[in-house]
Amino acid sequence: MDTLLTAAGVLLALALVLGTLLGYAARRLQTADSTLVDRIDALLPQTQCGQCGQPGCRPYATSIALGGPINRCPPGGDATIRALAHLLAKPPVPLDPVHGVESIRKVAYIREPECIGCTKCVQACPVDAILGSARHMHTVIISECTGCDLCVAPCPVDCIDMLPAHPPQHDWRWPRPDQRPVNAALIATDLRPGAA
Amino acid sequence: MTDILLLLLGAIVVNNFVLTQFLGVCPFMGVSGKLGAAVGMSIATTFVLTLSSLLAYLVYRYLLLPFDLDFLRTLSFILVIAAVVRFTELWMQRSAPLLYKVLGLFVPLIASNCIVLGVALLNVERAHGFVEAVFHGLGAGLGFSLVLVLFAALRERLATSDVPLPFQGPAIALITAGLMSLAFMGFAGLA
Repeated sequence: MDTLLTAAGVLLALALVLGTLLGYAARRLQTADSTLVDRIDALLPQTQCGQCGQPGCRPYATSIALGGPINRCPPGGDATIRALAHLLAKPPVPLDPVHGVESIRKVAYIREPECIGCTKCVQACPVDAILGSARHMHTVIISECTGCDLCVAPCPVDCIDMLPAHPPQHDWRWPRPDQRPVNAALIATDLRPGAA
Repeated sequence: MTDILLLLLGAIVVNNFVLTQFLGVCPFMGVSGKLGAAVGMSIATTFVLTLSSLLAYLVYRYLLLPFDLDFLRTLSFILVIAAVVRFTELWMQRSAPLLYKVLGLFVPLIASNCIVLGVALLNVERAHGFVEAVFHGLGAGLGFSLVLVLFAALRERLATSDVPLPFQGPAIALITAGLMSLAFMGFAGLA
């Protein structure tokens, strides 16, 4: 009977010590829960623009999962911050102006006659939305473009414009009669004299 | 010094745990598909083997022997090994997340790698001291790493070669492992 009690006691003590050490290690070596990172990543706009200070959306999601601030994503704006706050049960905070201000969604547009085919914007694009090879005209795949602005600065001839993307249906309204629609496609056309 | 060297050499080649004692064949077959994963697994297993061998010795010498609880050694060794593997998993998740993704399920499976328990029990059986126990664990780990990396390299070659249909897949891998085992028999009696 005595041996039984000692055996139980020794095993219990051993398990207790190991369990304590493991618990301590788990806290010290804490990592972001990968399913949580996935869920946060799904809420981010996937512009991969790097305005939050992280190299992309997933690293930003990882930093949020580890307890980082949620108000550093200008492309996502208030809607993303509210969604993140809801997911993480945190109070929503205003966008941090250090990382940029929210604006309407834009897409890049290359004025193709001016493009010299230097491929610098192709290399800058984080989502491979720009097509083109050396000394050939480049163009943007609008459905892939996230409007991150990263291709504008590298262009040596400044032929990239950031145009407002087609607004989503709930946001669309008739253009005002006193304003001509800004349409860059008309720059090199003579269909409507006076438009270009 | 010579004793330690002989013990190390013996555990690595002469009494190689995988190829001459046939322990730990599960990870040997499971993680040898890709060389990179095999190297990662080798490092993790060697680390676990050395650390668990050390801790198992301490538990046996200072906890089980004084209380005359020799019969509890298997149970308590398994406890120690499980804790060490969990610790390795946590540490790997933190410092090598990519490797952790590649190894995935095989990291917790180190706990059921019978080399780990085998080394701890053999240390007791052969009455190894502290230094000997540590080096026995390290040698077992290095031996496991050696054959795992060799075997992974062989299997990468096999993947691109023209194997007859009935031998494809695990069959040719097992035959290769058998031939490697025959080769390692040549070390018998060295140390």
